[in-house]
Formats: sequence, C-alpha cells, structure tokens
Amino acid sequence: MGPETLEAKQKAAVEEVLAKYPEKARKNRAKHIGVGSPDDNTAKTCGGVRSNKKTVPGVMSQRGCAYAGSKGVVWGPIKDMIHISHGPIGCGQYSRGGRRNYYIGTTGVDTYVTMNFSTDFQEKDIVFGGDKKLEQCIDEINELFPLNNGITIQSECPIGLIGDDIGAVARTKSKATGQNLIPVNCEGFRGVSQSLGHHIANDAVRDYVFDKPTGMDTATHEVTDYDVAIIGDYNIGGDAWSSRILLEEMGLRVVAQWSGDATLKEMALTPKVKLNLLHCYRSMNYISRHMEKEYGIPWTEYNFFGPSQTTKSLRKIATFFDESIQKKCEEVIAKYQPMIDGVTAKYKPGLEGKKVMLFVGGLRPRHVIGAYEDLGMEVIGTGYEFAHDDDYKRTTEEIFRSTIIYDDVNEYELEAFVKKLQPDLVASGIKEKYVFQKMGLPYRQMHSWDYSGPYHGYDGFAIFAKDMDLAINSPVWSHSKAPWDKAAN
Amino acid sequence: MQEVEKIVNGKDLFQRPEYQEVLEGKKQFESSYGATNPEKVSEVAEWTKSWEYREKNLAREALTVNPAKACQPLGAVMAALGFENTMPYVHGSHGCVAYFRSYFTRHFKEPTPCVSDSMTEDAAVFGGLANMKDGLKNCKAIYNPDMIAVSTTCMAEVIGDDLNAFITAAREESEGLLPESMPIPYAHTPSFVGSHITGYDNMMHSFLSQVGEQGTKTNKINIIPGFETYIGSLREVKKIAAAFGDDCVMIGDHSDQWDMPAGDYQMFSGGTTIAELKDAPNAKATISLQKYTTKKTMKLTKKWKQEKLELNPIGLKGTDEFVMALSELTGKEVPAELKIARGRFVDAMQDSYPYMHGKKFAIWGDPDFLLGMVSFLIEMGAEPTHVLCHNAPSGWEEEMRALLDTCPAKADCHVWAGKDLWAMRSLLFTEPVDFMIGNVYGKELMRDTGIPIIYIGFPIFDRHHLHRYSISGYEGGLNLLTWITNKILDKLDEDTKQIAKTDYFFDAVR
Repeated sequence: MGPETLEAKQKAAVEEVLAKYPEKARKNRAKHIGVGSPDDNTAKTCGGVRSNKKTVPGVMSQRGCAYAGSKGVVWGPIKDMIHISHGPIGCGQYSRGGRRNYYIGTTGVDTYVTMNFSTDFQEKDIVFGGDKKLEQCIDEINELFPLNNGITIQSECPIGLIGDDIGAVARTKSKATGQNLIPVNCEGFRGVSQSLGHHIANDAVRDYVFDKPTGMDTATHEVTDYDVAIIGDYNIGGDAWSSRILLEEMGLRVVAQWSGDATLKEMALTPKVKLNLLHCYRSMNYISRHMEKEYGIPWTEYNFFGPSQTTKSLRKIATFFDESIQKKCEEVIAKYQPMIDGVTAKYKPGLEGKKVMLFVGGLRPRHVIGAYEDLGMEVIGTGYEFAHDDDYKRTTEEIFRSTIIYDDVNEYELEAFVKKLQPDLVASGIKEKYVFQKMGLPYRQMHSWDYSGPYHGYDGFAIFAKDMDLAINSPVWSHSKAPWDKAAN
Repeated sequence: MQEVEKIVNGKDLFQRPEYQEVLEGKKQFESSYGATNPEKVSEVAEWTKSWEYREKNLAREALTVNPAKACQPLGAVMAALGFENTMPYVHGSHGCVAYFRSYFTRHFKEPTPCVSDSMTEDAAVFGGLANMKDGLKNCKAIYNPDMIAVSTTCMAEVIGDDLNAFITAAREESEGLLPESMPIPYAHTPSFVGSHITGYDNMMHSFLSQVGEQGTKTNKINIIPGFETYIGSLREVKKIAAAFGDDCVMIGDHSDQWDMPAGDYQMFSGGTTIAELKDAPNAKATISLQKYTTKKTMKLTKKWKQEKLELNPIGLKGTDEFVMALSELTGKEVPAELKIARGRFVDAMQDSYPYMHGKKFAIWGDPDFLLGMVSFLIEMGAEPTHVLCHNAPSGWEEEMRALLDTCPAKADCHVWAGKDLWAMRSLLFTEPVDFMIGNVYGKELMRDTGIPIIYIGFPIFDRHHLHRYSISGYEGGLNLLTWITNKILDKLDEDTKQIAKTDYFFDAVR
C-alpha cells in the first residue's frame, strides 16, 4: 500500500465512521479524529485532533476516572503505604490486582499493593457522612497493619458530593499521632478521564510528601553526582527493573522509582537527585515540573520501548552527566547490541510489513511505535484514552507514516476503523481484546503486557519481540474458518 | 542479559544474578520494613497467624480488607445482558463502566458491551438530564439496540436524579430515535446499598415490572437464574427444563452473550427475547434459582398470581428438588434421560467419596451459591468448616446454620456472615482446613497459608474456561465432584512425591 493510498483510505474511513452519529455527537467526534503525517509541521497536534475534553455520552468510551488515575495509577503502587478506597465497595474491588505493578515485599505485613482496603460505604454513611467511619478505619488499620508507613485516602464519587472533609480527618489524626495521612480528593466524576486523577495525585505528593515531614530519614542520605529518579514507571510486569539495570550499568544511581515498587522514603528522597527521568509524561509531568521549579532539578523525557528509542534515550540521559557516564553509556549500548541484533534477526522476517493499530492510555500510543517499527512493523493508527494536546503534539515526532489518530476512541469507532484498515495486529486493552480476537485478529494488551513483560529496556524488547511474533504467527488464527466453509469457496 | 535462543519473561529474568543485585541494591533507599528491618517483618507475619490477631481482626467494625463482594450496577449489567439486543446503560460516570466491563471481561474472556452517559462535575451540580438525553440518543444511533436497560452509579444516586422523568424527556427530544415502542427499563442501583446481587435483583425487577405486560394467562414457567456466572449452568438448567417440554422460559439468559464463537463479532448474542419478557407476567409459575438474589423480583409473583418457587439446583438434593418441581408443574413424569443423568452422578459420588469424606473445607461466595455448594459438600461427607458470605442478606445466616446442622461435624462448622477475606485469613491460620473453595481472591490466601484452592466462584481471572462448565444439575454436580476430587488427588501426589521418603504412598492407582 503506497502512502497516498493509505492516507486516502484513512480519510475515507474517518468520514464514514462519523456519518453514523447524530449531528451533535458527530460535530464533537469530528474534532477528535484525524489523519496525522510525520511531515506535517503545521498542525498544532498530530492529525489536528482535540483532546482532554468531555466524552460524548452513550458511546462506550474506554476511559476510566480520576479515582482510577490516582488510586489505580499513581498512589496504588507505593508499596509500604496503605491506600484506602474511601466510599462504596465497588471501585476498590474492580481495581484490585489488575495492573501488575510488581513489587518486592511481604503482602499484608510490610507491603500492601495487591490488597483492597475499603470503607465500604452504606446508606447511613451517605446520609450522615463518613468521616467518623474513616477515622475508625484508620485506627483499625494501625492496629492490624502496624508496619505501614502511612495511609492515603482515595476518595470515590460520593465523598465530594456529600460534603465529607477527609482533609480535616487526616489533619486531626495526623496531628495526634504524627502518622502520614494523605487525603486525595480524586472523586471519579472530577475531570473527564483518569488524567485529572494523575494531576490530583501529583499535587498530593507535592503537598504531603515534599512539603510535610514524613518521618522518613532523609537527612543522613548522602547524595552523589549521579543520582537520578525514574518518574512515571509503574513497574508493569517489572518494567522499572529492566530500566533501572541499564541506568545503573551506565554508572547512574537510581534513588527512586515513581511509583512502581516504590516506598515512601524513595519518594521523599527524590528532591535530592540531580536529574529526574520522566517516562510517563502524561501522569507525572506535574511533579517533575514542580521539582524543577522548587528544587532546581532538571527533568528529561525518555523512551525505553524498542532498541532505537532506548539507545537514543540512554545517550540523551548521558549528556546530562560527565564523560565517564557518556563513556559507560556507549559501553552499555555496545554490550547489548549483539543481543538486540540477534533478536531482530530472529523475529523481523516474520513481522516485517505487518500493520498495527494501537489504542492505549496517555504515553504508549506514541512511545511503543518505535518498538514496532524496529521489528519492521508499521503503525497505521493510534490514539489515547486520556492524553492532552501536548501528547498529540509529541506524537507527530513518533509516527513514521500517515497514521489515523483517534482521541478517546469508542467501541464503535475502533471496530469500524479496524474493519476498514484491516491491520494485522490490534494492541489495546482488556475491554477491546476479545472483540478483535473474535474477528480472528491477533491482539496484544498494551496496558498489562497481556500477563507477560517487562517490555522496557533491551531485555524487555526481546520479550516484546517474542510476544508480537507469538501473537501474529500463532497457528490459532488460521482455525477460525471451518474446512467446509473453505470447500464452499 | 537475554539469550536470543531462550528469551524469558520476568518470571525467570528477574531471578538472574544481575537483576537480584539490582533489587538488593534498591533496598538501601527503601522504607518498607522488608528493607529496613526484616526481622520485624517475620515477627509481625507470625503474629498475624495468632489467635490474638484473629480476635482483633474479627472485632473490626469499620474497615473492610479484601472484600468478597462488588457493587450494585455490576449486577444490573449482568441482568441486562440476559435479554436479546439489549444495551446496559449506566447513568453516571464512565469510570464505573470501564470497571464493570473489565471485570466481566477478565472473568469470561469475552467482550462486555455497556455504555454510560459520562457524567462529570457539571452533571454533579446540575443533574444528569442533558447526559441522559444525548446518551440514549447516541447509544441507539450507533449500536441500535432493541432495548436499553438503565441503571445508576452512586454519583447519580447521591445527587438524586429522576430516571423516569429523564427517560421521558430523552424520548421526547430524540426526534423519533427512541419511540415509546422501544422499551427503556430503568432501575436505581446505588452502590452503597447491598451488593452486586442487589443490583441484579433491582434491574431484573424493573425488566419484569416495566416491560412485562399482563394479559391472558399461559402455561409457561419462568426460570430466573440470578447472578449466575457459569454459562454451562444456564445451559444445563435449560436442558433439564426442556426435558419436560417447551413450557419453561429462562428470563435473563446471558449464556450466549458471554460465550460467542470465533469467526465473527456481533455486539449482542442470544438472550431472552423481548416478546418472552413481555409475556412473563402471564406465566403460571416463576422459579428463582437464586432466592437471595431475586428477593424483590420474586415479590412480583404475588401481584401476578403466579406460583412462586425458590430452588437451587447445585448438588444432588438441590437438583432433585428442581427436577421434581418441574415434574409437578408440568404434570410430566421425570424423563428417562434425567433419571440416567442422576444415576451417573450418584455413581460417580460413590466412586470418589473416600477422598472428600472428612476433608475440611473453607468456602466463600454469594449467598445462593454457598447454599448449593455447602449442601453438596455435606452430601459427599465433607466438612464445611468455614462458610463465609460477605454480602449475606438477612435470613441467610440462619438458613446456612440450619444446613450445617445437618452435617455430622456440625460443631466444627462455622458461618461467617458479613466478614471479608482478611478475616478468612485469620480463620485459616487459627482453625486450618484441608482445602479452600473460592474465587481469585483466594489466591493470596493460598500463598499465605499454603492451603490449596479449588477455583469455583466469581470472579476467576487466572484460570481459563471454568465458567464454560456447569456447576448446576446432575452434570454440573459431576463437574464439581471431578474438580474437587482431582485437586485432592493432586495434593496427595504433592505430599507423597518425595523420593525415598514418602513416595511409597505415591500410588499409581487411587
């Protein structure tokens, strides 16, 4: 398929999809869908799409909520704190154990990530308020889980609607005991997606981890010139660990991981590092900017998906340090190169030219493009659940060809685009997975790595390549059609 | 570093020395006790196994840890997907719907259609009328369902949105897209009341009371399955009913929706037809297979002057009662095929009983599921030591106690109503059992206590295809028997496989 044909096909698909909507919805959705080109420097965002706006009602959006962004993404992985889902029982239950934020610890004793702590609101709590119950829950937590290093209160929808004051509860109790009690007003109805939850959670880190004493011993911590923090890596399937190893090999000292496998002390130590390394820009740019402003710590974005971007990123990171680091950086790149060449040689022939359509959260829709392209695969469509304009702006730099861009794509649109453009692989989330598999299309979950991973770094790329090959070249897809149907053709 | 010829994922990768070194090095910056004071971790871990800890744990009044229940709208979504071409529509935030869809999809490995009207902060202030108007219209325009089933999230409930008025207004402004002839049943499903089974009940009640049309009495028998997560059970119940002729109609049959064949994707599949739903009030009888999940719904039988039956065809006795009830209702003898199926099931029970006999079990789940399962365990001579129901409705605890009193080991059998799975952890450490039966949330209990888990329940995210089987009826009973017996045998092999130590008992024939 030549570039003109592809672009024409993409534009036609957009027109066709929009035609089915009632007028008001069509006008709205038209602003969120476009066709992006790597050479287009005129459009404000990739494909000219608008983003971070309210979802059209009734369309089956894939978006989550602010609570998901705060409890599920930012705070939840911090392992030595207990995160209370404050409100009715469902939110905590649905978000339990699904994100694969790996950590080392004795769950239920000194670490708590895969557990579900809830205030389990009943009608009387809605009517009379739940502050007293919250206080009692905090007491009960401290009695039964004495090794917790603090508690965060993650608000569900009703909290902000019934006028509870979780800030006052936290203040009063924390004053009495000195314990870290962090209120987070991340009610699900706030904002338009997970994104505001990330921001609210970042602000709570700023206010309660940086601006208040946490009881963590940060004074005796000795700094070095090579201290860095990994920001915005949730250690899905161990991603932060396969990133950390590369940074350490090039001579840097990783003081903190935000927030996969994180502890409170690592977060509290972060204002002492020399450089913040930002992976998920969307969910943690806020705190990175804050540290830059308050503590003068520079930050840089990096991309550890696929060898091209990993190598580029390692070199970029090295420029912030002296020659010894730059030298070691080159040694690290050289050390892994034969393995990467071997992986590429092994899998590229079976994947070359295969078309991919992506739909993920706030970072991966652009960050993983390079990894696919390293394998000779061609990304022809991508979009984000909860990105902002700055993400779509950055996307232009990452695409290789004419790419259909869909913001907050819904079930109807994604299905239609896939049917029109016929990719060889769809890579998105659990909710969409079986829709496309039923059509006989190979599919990989790109939030959870489909229970595999890690995908970050050089070691992670080997797994990524193996998994994509497994998906595309599995014999199971050839079984969909029954032999009698084939005979009939 | 990865080896090109043998690429491994994180399971093995992180065990390699270079990664172990990274993880060890990370500890110097960590504040968790595992890094700062590992002895303390061991000490507290031991303490959590004690009777002292159990007493504190069970005395909790406010805090819930590791629940075994979900919230109302989840059940409403299931009820809605039991009807043909019906879109579940949740009035509230879309985050909730993302959660319901993920939750069901992870369990069934099937798509779960459901929309929301994406209420946000302004809707919280001004109400969600505008969202409802746009949402219903858009949903109909792009997915073209024949029926839309509206339930609510806690947000809409807290602000007190008037569903009836909103839907009426949406119809009026839909420019003909939402005619009166298209049913839009609605139910209030606040998450802060009851659990997912309450939501199923509320939505099912709304389907029947708002779409059902009273008319000429028929000879039909309604069967309402309840929050049934075993697709095979729905099919087996239908098969048993069909053995008595074609009078039985399943009201809310989501078996095809969550079991679509490969090859093509349709958003909706199977389900009770709207015509069948409309006719439901005219049936001569309604059978609920989950009485605690259909408390409100079954009140309609009084209004409709129907015979009301509450049966639970899990295990032998429950299935016998179901079969006999159908025989009586239809006036037909029990067909030969069912007599044979019963005989085979009993034969299998008599083949395998030595392994389950006297074994102690801990089990948790929904109230009706537990009544059926515990009945089966007792039929096999097993001892249900801990029976835990987090979402126990009133009356359940007494009924379960009465059931346990039929077990010879009754003094050692305990009912735990309203308790969560962190409470179960203490029970397992202080009064251990041989096996656990439960959902995915038992996985951590298995890790912590070493007690093997037999996955039966909902949700089960980490084992495949179990939901395709039946746990109801005689054939379902056979599945239960097979799963439980073979897990016991697996454990026996594990316990006896040590070479030259225990493997004299590692028998080739069991």
